[in-house]
Amino acid sequence: MPHDHDPDHPHALLPPDPALRVKALETILTEKGLIDPAALDEIIDTYEHKIGPQNGAKVVARMWSDPQFRAAMLDDPMPLLDDMGFYGRQGEHMVIVENTPEVHNVVVCTLCSCYPWPLLGIPPGWYKSDAYRSRVVREPRKVLAEFGVDLPEDKKVRVWDSTAEIRYLVVPERPSGTDGLSETELEALVSRDSMIGTALAKGLKA
Amino acid sequence: MSKPTPIFEAPWHAQLFALTVHLHEKGVFTWPDWTVDFGVTLADHRLSGDLNGGDDYFNAWLATLERVLQDNKMASGAAVEDMRSAWEQAYLSTPHGHPVKLPA
Repeated sequence: MPHDHDPDHPHALLPPDPALRVKALETILTEKGLIDPAALDEIIDTYEHKIGPQNGAKVVARMWSDPQFRAAMLDDPMPLLDDMGFYGRQGEHMVIVENTPEVHNVVVCTLCSCYPWPLLGIPPGWYKSDAYRSRVVREPRKVLAEFGVDLPEDKKVRVWDSTAEIRYLVVPERPSGTDGLSETELEALVSRDSMIGTALAKGLKA
Repeated sequence: MSKPTPIFEAPWHAQLFALTVHLHEKGVFTWPDWTVDFGVTLADHRLSGDLNGGDDYFNAWLATLERVLQDNKMASGAAVEDMRSAWEQAYLSTPHGHPVKLPA
């Protein structure tokens, strides 16, 4: 873009148009007393620093290690998630879906980008893309293969479509040879993508 | 864990996200209503080509929020445009390195 400002007195870098529109909304609503700017900073800080897939990984590692906890999570996860402090915005109604040797689960939101924020944080760009949102329903095996997950033909694939009310967390299969590992060590094997279903736990082959 | 990537690709994505969550918590709209409105915008925007999930996704988000706030009479289109251009002027008239403020 041509830009003819004086290099000795350059003005502040102009943010892109949508950034200015967001600022405009914030200013208008703040002036009307309808929002609290400090609350916005707090929300950003929470999702940038405090909440993320490490929460989901704790849940998975505990389900792998503790059969009673696992059974309870599959039955009614909300009280336990509440106990663990993983309850809140966009995680009010979680359903836990477990991968098995027979079934692989994968999660999408075809409407927009519903996602279990308290357990996984903010969704990655690809989760919000049209390519993923439309294709994973139509051709899940092909999409999974593009993520590097080549499933055997006899394994079923279940695609779960999230809604504003119900969010899903995939529990990947526990890799073999991990019997002696502590929960903390197990957590390190559980990636964000493995809890969406577009990856396996580390050390596991399809 | 997967390699660290920025949670929000651009600061305005984060601001817009936080503003929307805050307005929801203030009771301006329910989250199910929001997702329906947002889904409609995403479907509209998709007609002009596949969305990549980055800027274009948040552009659709912003268009949705602007419409909701207009419908709720919280921020009219004209007010948003005036304020946007006031901010633009403020950036263009503030020397580099100085905090950008609206004229009092």
